[in-house]
Amino acid sequence: MKRFVSLILICLVLAPMLFSCSKGEEKVKTLYVYNWGEYISDGSEGCLDSNKAFEDWYYKETGERVKVVYSTFSSNEDMYAKLSSGSVSYDIVVPSDYMIERLREEDMLAPLNYDNIPNAKNIVEEFRVLNCDTDDDGNGYSDYSIPYFYGMIGIIYNTTMVDKADIGSWDLMWNPKYKGNILQFNNSRDAFGTAQYKLGLDVNSENPKQWRLALEELRKQKDIVQGYVMDEIFNKMEGGSAAIAAYYAGDFLAMYENNEDLDFYYPEEGTNLYVDAMCVPKSSKNKELAEAYINFMLSEEPAVANALYTYYASPNKVVLESEEYKEGMNSIREDAYELMYNTDALKTATSYENLPGSQLALINNLWEELKSDIEISPLIYILCIGIVIALAFFGIFFAVRKRIRNNY
Amino acid sequence: MKRKSIFQRMAAAPHIVWMVMFIVAPMLFVLYFAFTDEKGRFTFDNILSLSGYSNVFVLSIAFALIATVICLLIGYPLAYFMSKASPRTRKLLMVLIMLPMWCNLLIRTYALMALLDNGGLLNALLVKLGLNKLYIVGSDFGVILGMVYDFLPYMVLPIFTTMTKLDKRYIEAAADLGCNSWQTMTKVVMPLTVSGVISGVTMVFVPSISTFYISQKLGAGKIDLVGDTIERLFKNTSTYNVGAAVSLVMMVLIIISVGIMNKFSDDDGGIIV
Amino acid sequence: MKKFLSSGYIFLIFALLYAPILVLIVFSFNEGGSLSEFTGFSFTWYKELFNDEQALTALKNSLVLAVLSSCIATVIGTFAALGLHHMKRKWAKGAITSITNIPMMNPDIVTGVSMMLLFVAVATIIKANDFMGFGTMLVAHTTFNLPYVLLSVTPRFNALDKSLSEAAMDLGCTPARAFFSVELPEIVPGIVSGLMLGFTMSLDDFVISHFVSSPNFQTLPLYVYNQTVHNVKFSMYALCAIIVATILAILLIVNFAGSMGDRRSRRAKGGAR
Repeated sequence: MKRFVSLILICLVLAPMLFSCSKGEEKVKTLYVYNWGEYISDGSEGCLDSNKAFEDWYYKETGERVKVVYSTFSSNEDMYAKLSSGSVSYDIVVPSDYMIERLREEDMLAPLNYDNIPNAKNIVEEFRVLNCDTDDDGNGYSDYSIPYFYGMIGIIYNTTMVDKADIGSWDLMWNPKYKGNILQFNNSRDAFGTAQYKLGLDVNSENPKQWRLALEELRKQKDIVQGYVMDEIFNKMEGGSAAIAAYYAGDFLAMYENNEDLDFYYPEEGTNLYVDAMCVPKSSKNKELAEAYINFMLSEEPAVANALYTYYASPNKVVLESEEYKEGMNSIREDAYELMYNTDALKTATSYENLPGSQLALINNLWEELKSDIEISPLIYILCIGIVIALAFFGIFFAVRKRIRNNY
Repeated sequence: MKRKSIFQRMAAAPHIVWMVMFIVAPMLFVLYFAFTDEKGRFTFDNILSLSGYSNVFVLSIAFALIATVICLLIGYPLAYFMSKASPRTRKLLMVLIMLPMWCNLLIRTYALMALLDNGGLLNALLVKLGLNKLYIVGSDFGVILGMVYDFLPYMVLPIFTTMTKLDKRYIEAAADLGCNSWQTMTKVVMPLTVSGVISGVTMVFVPSISTFYISQKLGAGKIDLVGDTIERLFKNTSTYNVGAAVSLVMMVLIIISVGIMNKFSDDDGGIIV
Repeated sequence: MKKFLSSGYIFLIFALLYAPILVLIVFSFNEGGSLSEFTGFSFTWYKELFNDEQALTALKNSLVLAVLSSCIATVIGTFAALGLHHMKRKWAKGAITSITNIPMMNPDIVTGVSMMLLFVAVATIIKANDFMGFGTMLVAHTTFNLPYVLLSVTPRFNALDKSLSEAAMDLGCTPARAFFSVELPEIVPGIVSGLMLGFTMSLDDFVISHFVSSPNFQTLPLYVYNQTVHNVKFSMYALCAIIVATILAILLIVNFAGSMGDRRSRRAKGGAR
């Protein structure tokens, strides 16, 4: 009894304390940022905490306190689902090109006011207007998005587990020799992409038959993959839990930092080039604050810190000119800079484009088909049947015994 | 009897309002979504489209069944031995069995995965001993193992509680009447602890059949159970309807299986009396 | 011999049950970030954890939510138990009890998605795209706490001596006064155990929160989940170690401090999920 009373007392003391804390924050403006996981310098191991730096900078500039609420997604599709559910609002999202196109077509983005983003001039010219976006104002910039990072998909493999002779193409991910050691993307577009590149199909095809072909290829692969994962790849590849994984090039460098047995290549059949860009959703309640955030992220200190945290290719001039950045890149691996910026793969790489609604529904259905296509091993059947028979036996046994006893 | 006062009659009112708003209404929403399409028209398509998920359902039921039986086979003797210990040890064992229950499931599952992963500690040890690696993560065995590991305490605790409550005199009487220890076990202890077993089985079976975190981690996203399917379908606004249908069917399945189990316990109650 | 076998069995199962958690705790002190090699003892990850504002906010949110939701559920649930106790119509009583128990019987995932459907629908109707958050979490947690409160308070009401409150009313008390001064003190233990149960349930919940949460209100289990689907930092292991240690401490204190007479609450906890 005593312990309960004391616990209630503790609760009663704690509750107002906790409330007073939360009340003090109410006047502070909040900025909701929704970004990819592992995609911003977060202050770990002595690097800059970009979000905190923004809060401080904003306070210094305007005298207003602001709080960044930062959350992460692991695929464009997840981001879209959350944003379109209509029950959660964000001020900044960072989707990839094809998803920006979709958001724009569905009228979910707010046009940017470049007066609030003077640092946009830091963006390399060829990235100022993305394929997926338009420039109606003729000011030389995209209307809805500002590129954050770009990169390509390639294959990461563990040199201690994979034969050198097997590398070079997408076939490695279908090689039965490495059964149980292969990781595939856990999002429809990227996963289908790997199969489409392998088969030489168009990744933006509107022909359902071609998508079916890709599905068949993925089905064949399902038996030999260890799993479908996204950012879990980091731990799995670094810890040697898997040998082969297709993932984003920048992340390979981050993994290489922790495990030097890893290596990387761009498959010869071609691969995907993506540009992730910052956008402001229409539902944002703090558009100017969001633009201030974008502007801040384009300035030198956070941009370099983010680039050195993610190792993705940066479309930002101040990053490319920074000595600190070059040194940082070269300190991970001699060819890190080449890998990200100067490779032949860049010339043959293609981008995903947004597809019409019916096509998206088809991809969704095919993905569901792949995920729900499960083989049930005979052992499981045998075990289950055994259990059911045992249960039935018990049931009958008890019922009969009960009847016999009742007869007495 | 006196007429009830307004206070007494109205005491349950806030609860009833709350219940209707937040228990009944959400369930009606599931029903509504399960039988309509995206535009809100009545349809059976969602239910019919579940045939594509038949394997998922079969596998989930199979895994839950196997995990429950393994938990029972491991947990029953454990509870029995625990109940035989001295009162002080019993208290300590009780704490030890409750600790994993109170620890978050995510933490335990993740710890298990980190230990068993191909590059984890277990395989590092095996390699050092010159043995072959065990590929557990991403296999059926891994998922079942995860369920057993996570839910074993839920099986042990109710059985253990009924065993400690069990009147020692029954066992003594059985021994006096000439039962050997095996007969005492099957004729006295087991029938008297059926209620504990039933609640243990329910507490293992229901979370096992609906889990998604265990299959995500130990099945590496490759083994898709009903829980994963629901979670994935509810990530996307355009698949809410199918998701609701899957949830509905799972709910019905669970009601049926819990009903069957309760039937069992009723029967046995009859035997004892 | 028999004794030896049974304690060996207990030891083996407990060793298996605790191995992953122990590995996690040991490696949370590992200097290097590896799970297969122990390179040196350090508190680095703990330091990092205490600098992680997100984790601390999540902890604070979890506590606020658990305290509030369990208190609200206890108040509503206690009055509901009172109302049910005085309710004459059997069918109404039965209906209310079984509907209240739905969140306890249903798999968490179904409760979660059903709540989500309700909230999304409300959000679309009132066009509030920041509808999800603290409010929805509070409602959801209160709802799934309610059956546990009723479960622990109702038996206390049934054990009440009716003549006491009738005597109080004969002596001039209003029914409300009679409840507060005569009945309430009698049922306090039930209320407290309901409160505790709700508190722990709410603190532990991941699945339901997963569906009704938003980024501006993250609880500890949601934080852990977010960590485990991305690149897991070792500070997460430190967090797990702290959680396990805290729960162990609480359990030991609760079970070994004082005489600990009331087993009832413990049994309720055990039989809860």
